[in-house]
Amino acid sequence: MVNWGNLISQMFNGLVLGALLALISSGLTIIYGTLGVLNLAHGAMFMLGGYAGYVAYTYTDSFIIAIIFGSLFVMLVGIVMERIIIRHFYGRPDEDQLLVTFGIGMCIVELVRLGFGSLSLTVPAPKMLAGITSLGFMFYPTYRLALVGIIAVALLALFLVLYRTRLGMIVRAGIEDSVMVASLGINVYRVFMIVFGIGAMAAGFAGIVNAPVVSLTPDMGEAILVQTFVVVVIGGVGSFPGAIIGGLIAGEIISITSMINPGYAYVMLFAAMTLVLVLRPHGLMGSQSRA
Amino acid sequence: MINQRRFLVETLTAIGLLLAPFILPHLGFAPNTVNRILVWGLFGIGFDILFGFTGLLSFGQSALYGTGGFVAAYLLTQAGFPHVVTALFIGMIAAAVVGYLVGLIALRRTGIYFAMITVAIAEVFFFVEFNPLAHWTGGENGLPGVPSPAFDLGFIKLSFTSGWSLYGFLAFWYFIGIVIALRIIRSPVGAVFRAIRDNPLRASAVGHNIHGYKLTAFVIAAAYAGFAGGLLGIMQAFMPPDAFMFETSAELVMQTAIGGTGTLFGPLLGAAIWLFLQDFLQAALGLGAAWKLVLGLIFVVLVCFLRRGIIGGIVDLYELATGKKAAQQAAAEAAEAADAAGTLEPTSAAAGTPQLALRAREGDSYQGPILQATGLTKRYGGLAANSDINFTVNHGELRGIIGPNGAGKSTFFKMLTCEVPPTSGKIVFEGNDITGQSVTDVCQLGLTKSYQVNQLFSRLTVRENVTIAVLAAVRGKFRLDMFRRIDKVPGVTEQVNQTLAMVNLTARADTPVAVLAYGEKRRLEIGLALANSPSLLLLDEPLAGMSPRERVETVKLLRSISKGRTMIIIDHDMDALFELVEKVTVLQEGRLLVEGTPEEIKGNPIVQEAYLGGVLEQ
Repeated sequence: MVNWGNLISQMFNGLVLGALLALISSGLTIIYGTLGVLNLAHGAMFMLGGYAGYVAYTYTDSFIIAIIFGSLFVMLVGIVMERIIIRHFYGRPDEDQLLVTFGIGMCIVELVRLGFGSLSLTVPAPKMLAGITSLGFMFYPTYRLALVGIIAVALLALFLVLYRTRLGMIVRAGIEDSVMVASLGINVYRVFMIVFGIGAMAAGFAGIVNAPVVSLTPDMGEAILVQTFVVVVIGGVGSFPGAIIGGLIAGEIISITSMINPGYAYVMLFAAMTLVLVLRPHGLMGSQSRA
Repeated sequence: MINQRRFLVETLTAIGLLLAPFILPHLGFAPNTVNRILVWGLFGIGFDILFGFTGLLSFGQSALYGTGGFVAAYLLTQAGFPHVVTALFIGMIAAAVVGYLVGLIALRRTGIYFAMITVAIAEVFFFVEFNPLAHWTGGENGLPGVPSPAFDLGFIKLSFTSGWSLYGFLAFWYFIGIVIALRIIRSPVGAVFRAIRDNPLRASAVGHNIHGYKLTAFVIAAAYAGFAGGLLGIMQAFMPPDAFMFETSAELVMQTAIGGTGTLFGPLLGAAIWLFLQDFLQAALGLGAAWKLVLGLIFVVLVCFLRRGIIGGIVDLYELATGKKAAQQAAAEAAEAADAAGTLEPTSAAAGTPQLALRAREGDSYQGPILQATGLTKRYGGLAANSDINFTVNHGELRGIIGPNGAGKSTFFKMLTCEVPPTSGKIVFEGNDITGQSVTDVCQLGLTKSYQVNQLFSRLTVRENVTIAVLAAVRGKFRLDMFRRIDKVPGVTEQVNQTLAMVNLTARADTPVAVLAYGEKRRLEIGLALANSPSLLLLDEPLAGMSPRERVETVKLLRSISKGRTMIIIDHDMDALFELVEKVTVLQEGRLLVEGTPEEIKGNPIVQEAYLGGVLEQ
């Protein structure tokens, strides 16, 4: 007999995780779509956001400031990383880009470990959103409910930037054909830098808003990175809507399977990915052109 | 890179492995460290075949390492299986089978997709080991009590327990691993691996089933990983669950990149550097946990500046020191200059060049037109690149296709060679309906194309390039002759030499493609299409970008190739084309405008209008 209350609560958990994955994957996928670089340091960016927020929170006691500082800090790290290293890799093979971003990610993780140790740290939820809320049929942590809203706002902001601004138009055009964009007289390299910054910021923002739900460890980015890969493969590389749909699907699969048997969460996630690869090799929302 | 002298590398490896126990202790290596290096090195041989030789970067090797290790350890500890070596082989086979299944899924995509999928798969294995299979694998405790190998030879009892005595056992298997790997990379299969790494598109266009070969590389890597995983359990007398961790895959990738990819020995060197630095930074410098940061920084710097790792750097330094690099550069510049001036041509191309005998093929008895396309149409969304083209070419014909830019000539060729499927229409080649077949199968049937933009195997020599194309012709699209030397494959050497002579590159056979002059690259491009002695050869703008002098030579070359062969040529050089071909087809805006002899076409007012936008009123 299925426990309905439990199932609905797990579906809520899936929604929270799915929204989080959607946001992180959007960052990964717009970077790949525009720059052609798969950023294996993206998980480290997520982790870094959490730690930067933790530091800001410790000094100011304000969750809002922690969010702003955490996001901006990670964006800055992303921009510096793009300026110093990544831009030298645009002309090099995919494999080199994977290796170098992987190495950078490892360095970031180890730097954080050096500074904060391997023990887990926690950031409390803001007082306003602490406690639990009654939804009539069940009780649910208030912050988690709020988290869905917060991430939805962030995704909406990202959507507006991508679909309603000049920069967004250039980025979307760049995803289609970056050579053409460059030949139209647009300084693609500056756009690349901004996109890398925004993509990193999406991960950093997710890292800090997620901090009250989980505890921070230097290795936390690794598992998230793997999940975002699955999201991106399911949704289609370079597709913003694909990242959102893929994120929600992955979040629900993980949560609902975990309720039945946590050991099979990844197996089910992987099975879903395989199914998509067999039926639609370019992902649910991916286009044929970006093979 | 890999020496051609027989058994030289093998002998040096054996000597190195024999001397290591006498030298390494003085350099500060403990025997257990050396043993770990050997296990990583063996694991890495397979990975290097996959990444360094075939160009497939997998971040999921831990899944196979763990599988092999746990199968062997389970047999030895839980199932009471007594034979250590047999258990190792069973573990290896299990890993290879798993590798085959994983490869089937992961190889559906290439590049970053492949990397992402392998990561995800490896993560699944990690969780499966910890939870659903914990009953068999010990979960987070792993499997303790893996026995060390012992052999009773009757007169003497050999047992390899730990330290240097275990070293003997591991070194033996490392040696076997290297010997097998060397054979594989010197075999036709190894040549195809390198072709896939350099240019997968061309590798399939010259007639190799690259998916099959990629899967082969993946399974080979899986087998090495599985065997090494088994050795890990024996070495530690305990099978650790960490074998399945992403860390393991990541360390393997980094060690290989540090040591140098595409060398087979890179992973061994990388592991030695990695483990040595780990000990050194932790113990001698007292850095504690920071050792990984230092190694991470070293790795990033190496990827940025020394793409081919330490071994690649040493090779470069050596070539710099011996002046080989400078000589090569000078030779390249000289060739460019000579080629531009046209002095390199012995102009014998047209006269006494050996002819490639046409290969006997199924369709040979077929009479009637060699190629017949009916109603061929290609639409990209609303844009019709080709619409309703009917096109027939007879045996032995020399046909030209002209048309203004954007007329759909290249799209038309791509459909004929089955690189892109037509939206509608039918293509019949020597009586066989080839519509919807793969470019590889069509090449095997005897229809090839030389590309408008050179598609060469850029890291290989001229001879290796042609050999890859010839191998597809003599071995078929897929064959697992992994232990045969290329020069032992019957007919390869002769056909390679003939092809080189026909495109006039015999003198440049051992030159790396990267240093060829443009005209030479162009001839090699034709040579690749010619190497399997096709009965129908398509040439997409063979004269593009050539100097007037080179054009004259190339036209002569094309004429000599055309003996006994059907050819279709696209080019914008009307004078050369009209002189060469018997019949011309004119395409305009995706439609067939007119067909006729060069004389008819020259005088045709419709053609003049297509090109000039109008005819002078008489």
